[in-house]
Amino acid sequence: MTQIEERIHELKGLTVHSMNTNKYKTNSLILMLKAPLTKETVAMRALLPHILQNGTSKSPSRKQLRERLDDMYGAMLATDVQKKGEEHVISIRLDVANERYLSDTTPLFDNAISLLAEVIFQPQLEDGKFVSSVVENEKRSLKQRIQSVYDDKMRYANVRVTEEMCKGEPFALTAFGTEEDVDAITVDSIYKYYQEVLKNNQFDLYMVGAIDEEQAMSSVAEKFSALVERDKNTFETIASPEVKEINVVNDEQDVKQGKLHMGFRTYTTYADDDYVAMQVCNGLYGAFSHSKLFINVREKESLAYYAASRFESHKGIMMVMSGIEFAKYERAVEIIKEQFEAMKQGEFTEAEVEQTKAMLKNQLLETADVARGIVELSYHQVVSGKKRSIDEWMQQIDEVTKEDIIRIAQKVKLDTIYFLKGKEENQ
Amino acid sequence: MKPVQFQQVDETLYHEKLDNGLDVYVLPKKGFNKTFATFTTKYGSIDQKFTPLGKEDAITVPDGIAHFLEHKMFEDEEGDVFQDFSKQGASANAFTSFTRTAYLFSSTNNVEKNLDTLLNFVQHPYFTEESVEKEKGIINQEITMYDDNPDWRAYFGVIENMFYHHPVKIDIAGTIESISNITKDLLYTCYETFYHPANMLLFVIGPVDPEKIMEQVRENQLKKEFAAPEEIKRFFEVEPDVVAKEKSVITMPVQTPKCLMGFKETGASRQGDDLLKRELSLNILLDLMFGQSSDNYQTLFDEGLIDDSFSFDHSAEEGFGFTIIGGDTKYPDKLAKRIKHMIETFKQSNLTEDQVNRAIKKKIGSFLRSLNSPEYIANQFTRYQFNDMNLFEVVPMLESITPNELTEVLQDHFQFDRFTVCQVKAEEFKE
Repeated sequence: MTQIEERIHELKGLTVHSMNTNKYKTNSLILMLKAPLTKETVAMRALLPHILQNGTSKSPSRKQLRERLDDMYGAMLATDVQKKGEEHVISIRLDVANERYLSDTTPLFDNAISLLAEVIFQPQLEDGKFVSSVVENEKRSLKQRIQSVYDDKMRYANVRVTEEMCKGEPFALTAFGTEEDVDAITVDSIYKYYQEVLKNNQFDLYMVGAIDEEQAMSSVAEKFSALVERDKNTFETIASPEVKEINVVNDEQDVKQGKLHMGFRTYTTYADDDYVAMQVCNGLYGAFSHSKLFINVREKESLAYYAASRFESHKGIMMVMSGIEFAKYERAVEIIKEQFEAMKQGEFTEAEVEQTKAMLKNQLLETADVARGIVELSYHQVVSGKKRSIDEWMQQIDEVTKEDIIRIAQKVKLDTIYFLKGKEENQ
Repeated sequence: MKPVQFQQVDETLYHEKLDNGLDVYVLPKKGFNKTFATFTTKYGSIDQKFTPLGKEDAITVPDGIAHFLEHKMFEDEEGDVFQDFSKQGASANAFTSFTRTAYLFSSTNNVEKNLDTLLNFVQHPYFTEESVEKEKGIINQEITMYDDNPDWRAYFGVIENMFYHHPVKIDIAGTIESISNITKDLLYTCYETFYHPANMLLFVIGPVDPEKIMEQVRENQLKKEFAAPEEIKRFFEVEPDVVAKEKSVITMPVQTPKCLMGFKETGASRQGDDLLKRELSLNILLDLMFGQSSDNYQTLFDEGLIDDSFSFDHSAEEGFGFTIIGGDTKYPDKLAKRIKHMIETFKQSNLTEDQVNRAIKKKIGSFLRSLNSPEYIANQFTRYQFNDMNLFEVVPMLESITPNELTEVLQDHFQFDRFTVCQVKAEEFKE
């Protein structure tokens, strides 16, 4: 199966990635705004896309903007902020029905380009700044979103282990910032920051679907002409520190199930040639139902419903997570450590390696079936500066050897063991 | 094998009912890497009281047994079926809902082998006392995980409030207590009764040749023997129209309280086009009342009563249905009051043609968006089929809905003796 071709057009201050395909019933615009992850800007970046969704100069309220979207056959406008290693990425997505499937002939995609540009460049203003009630309401909503992490114990444990493990590194921040960071935002500061974003952030616009590329490009060039040239990416990464000793952290809360999260430093990221071997290593260890963690923690000892590891591509952290009974902490930690030791000793078969490779290739191709997925895959290259097409990626997976996996596993160090357990009186 | 074309959405669906009663559907999707297949039985957590195949008397089985059975199906004499799939580069999974148990795989390679694996493992039960006991440890952790999840607790809390008897109010996984009563023999009884091909549906979607798939499935099924199909007798107690409880509060250490409000559906025996029209109408009405382009949403947001966790949904199956509205809020009591008031006001207003057309247009667009997802198509098609509806009739049905019909549904469904509230709050919380 040939994969969707990506064509890149450089405009002033904007890189357009065009991906033409008839696979979908809708066409997507996905705009990515990238800047370094910093304490000073993290909460403002989380807040900004929500303010922008509250109205434009032409449709000056959430209701009016949403009515316009509804009229465009339920165009979907959604935003997100994510950490990609030590980069902080705002994504704004506008997805519209492909006119082919409608009796209506309104040029929806062209309208979508205009509307996206309007949301970015012509927000609703009051006295030359964002509307203060909008800013206040969105601050409140963002604070509630930050608090809600506390109520989702798996996410909470993940935030805590990252915080403890990466103290002093930008990666310790969450993608939303803290409530205090949000409180500190004012109408002035956020509007000033918005202008900086327009000037300095790296803008990448993805267009995925059955698109008339020439026409779309001329629309984009016109509607995004307000962008100015900016400095190119430098791809500076902060090297992961050496692990001196294992950091053990316990929290107590009124919970019934313990959450055990263990963070490993892999010293390998997407930009490295070893990246794919590390993916295979993580796959064998904990990403699938044939992996060591699932087999040993869940199937053999019935200690948990889930036991898995996840590999963060740009920071190079591998995170193990499992939900266990409080009393099984020692045993679970022991197995998780033992199983990684087994990885280092090469205690896995060629057949298991092949199985893992088949699963990784399957995962990659499945990701490429989804518009957002194919954009994610492509965007890895923007974040890291490393080219790796899907075909190359597939080939690199095939080329990984058992020796590569052992070599890469030996670089990996356990850094932090975090355990969220119940309060003493409940145990 | 019969192809049916759905021109408006440019899809062709192939169907055949095999001699053993199995319904097979194939939807070719060009340009996709992935093939996705679901093998689903019309058997879920609510099927608790039934007459076992070949028996006279009805039995009642422990809560959570359909879900337990789903877990245990993945084991056979040689071990774990997940391994067979992953050796063939496929990821496999399963889920149990109120009314269905679905087994599925997705793969970009070895589709034929994976499809055989799927058919074979689901049609081959193998349970031992020992493996049943072992599974209890894993499922107990699954139940405990959900116990700590306030969203899940609120969701089941509001459903529990609505129903007096209907087993939809019971958690799909059961309780640690109820699953302790599950035995190997009970699993076999449930299996034999509900996993007959005549009670199941296979859906395959992806870059496949429908002829070939159909041929493969036919051959696979011909090699196996099944008892003659019998009509399955399921029993439910008579359920009153009104809610069992008007309000409940769950105490959990949450930072932000949760407030979910529910309306219990009336006369919940609709099937086919009746059900399709009813649920689409209710979804349109909910969107008109509380969608992001509604005045109500703006008001609730500006007053600080909701944040972006706020949502609403209507679900219905044969025998039960409900609407759930709500999310995180700092003011759970005030929110419940405001929502109630907004619905009352809305019921007194007139729906305009414009308003309704916009809402319908929106639904058409989001339906097209759902069709981007093979998972959505396979899962929803099966659900629709089990309720005697056709997924690909959604657009024409949406286009046929009139403001008058909506008004009728509005008055009928949103009645306050069928309204209930469930809140999750921390012990020390004061509004």
